[in-house]
Amino acid sequence: MSQADSQALEERRGASAAPGFLIHNEGDHVAVAVQDVQPGRHLAVYMDSEREITISVLEAIPLGHKVALSDLDEGQVVIEYGLPIGLARRPIQAGQHVHTHNIRSARWQNSI
Amino acid sequence: MAEQHLSGYRRPDGRVGIRNHVVILPVDDLSNAVCEAVARTVPGTLALPHAYGRLQYGADLELTFRTLAGTGANPNVAAVVVIGIEPNWTQRIVEGIAPSGKPVEGLSIERFGDLKTLERAARVAQLMLQDASELRREPVEREEIIISIKCGESDTTTGLASCPTVAQVVDRHVQAGGTVIFGETSELTGGEHLIAQRCIDEAVRSRFQAMYDDYIREIEASGANLLGSQPTQGNIRGGLSTIEEKALGNIAKTGTVPVVDALEPAQAPTRRGLNFMDSSSAAAEFITLMGAAGAVLHLFPTGQGNIVGHPIVPVIKITANPLTAQTMAEHIDLDVSGLLRREYGLREAGDQLMALIDRTINGRLTCAEALGHREFVLTKLYRSA
Repeated sequence: MSQADSQALEERRGASAAPGFLIHNEGDHVAVAVQDVQPGRHLAVYMDSEREITISVLEAIPLGHKVALSDLDEGQVVIEYGLPIGLARRPIQAGQHVHTHNIRSARWQNSI
Repeated sequence: MAEQHLSGYRRPDGRVGIRNHVVILPVDDLSNAVCEAVARTVPGTLALPHAYGRLQYGADLELTFRTLAGTGANPNVAAVVVIGIEPNWTQRIVEGIAPSGKPVEGLSIERFGDLKTLERAARVAQLMLQDASELRREPVEREEIIISIKCGESDTTTGLASCPTVAQVVDRHVQAGGTVIFGETSELTGGEHLIAQRCIDEAVRSRFQAMYDDYIREIEASGANLLGSQPTQGNIRGGLSTIEEKALGNIAKTGTVPVVDALEPAQAPTRRGLNFMDSSSAAAEFITLMGAAGAVLHLFPTGQGNIVGHPIVPVIKITANPLTAQTMAEHIDLDVSGLLRREYGLREAGDQLMALIDRTINGRLTCAEALGHREFVLTKLYRSA
């Protein structure tokens, strides 16, 4: 077994006890960190389907904060809970931290 | 789940309380001092100081009257001494409480002063306290318990776990024939259509929609930048980015049952099931309105750690945020952070919360009660005359 394989297995073992991320719905653009997460590969679990995936995280994501699951264009509607939670202020890359610096409300225009 | 025996205080109007307070209720800010003096003189009674009650008018005054009278009439209260600066508005509050059938007496300060009022009120309060001490808990039904729900200092763990845990209880409580009240009008933004879809008929739906539209119109007319207020600074620190995201987490605690009515602020529900109340999302204001509407127990999911309590309504705090559960343990009644680690599922978390609710109904003090959190805050609709 290569060192990389062994590391990946170790990550899976560690993650199966407690995932790094939960995702509300299939099709969501963001996952939520359920512990403080460092850049790297992490287990994420969909809460509706129980499906498990491994995602690559580019930045440290604090507990409770979101990471992008796919690339998002500027102005694109961001989906969580299967519903719109706002608009991308600028292009967002999969694996980047998603928060007030790069998304905003689509409803309260004064909250930009 | 084993059905636990529930006990409570059945009041003369038939409504059921889970606490047995003797309340010293000021009509206005000026009467706070003597009310607090009465509560010191007769330990075991409870003063409810607040900031308003003078020169209010119109709908704002009616809401203050409804809130004060509703709080006195709440079945968690055994008896009430009402004290105001002058007799007329004092009498209004007394008459608002009287239909509950519980002992209530009004006193006013003008032409007596604080000291004579203290003596008169303390003599009344002493007898009320002694009489209340003889009231006994009796078996009550789950359907007789009115529960209110609101989360605070939410973060993403609220929408993932603590609100869905409360949703388990909402569905079970309503299916048992009980009543639950939710609200937080502005905090539905982004998910208000989900609530509208769940309204039981067109009349309720149009009333709900009008309340929502009015509230948002008022906020938008202010022209203010709401980021930092809604979502709050604490919400943002916890990872919530927009009002829509916060709203979807908030709505996650309302379960799946239909919305049977849309209530005015502090209006008592008349329909069993899940009721919406037009209300602020500020915790103390919200729980004060719920207590005035007759809620006897409040469920409060929190992410970053809101510590609110209420003088007469026990508040149960539920968090799924492991950091909050660890650093603010004295405020957290139920830690469901195991949901995030996938140690157990929502049904089991719901069982844990149901068991804690039953113990709280039967008399176990909540963290907020034990720590003396007694936030009592009137909702002010506009400035006084």
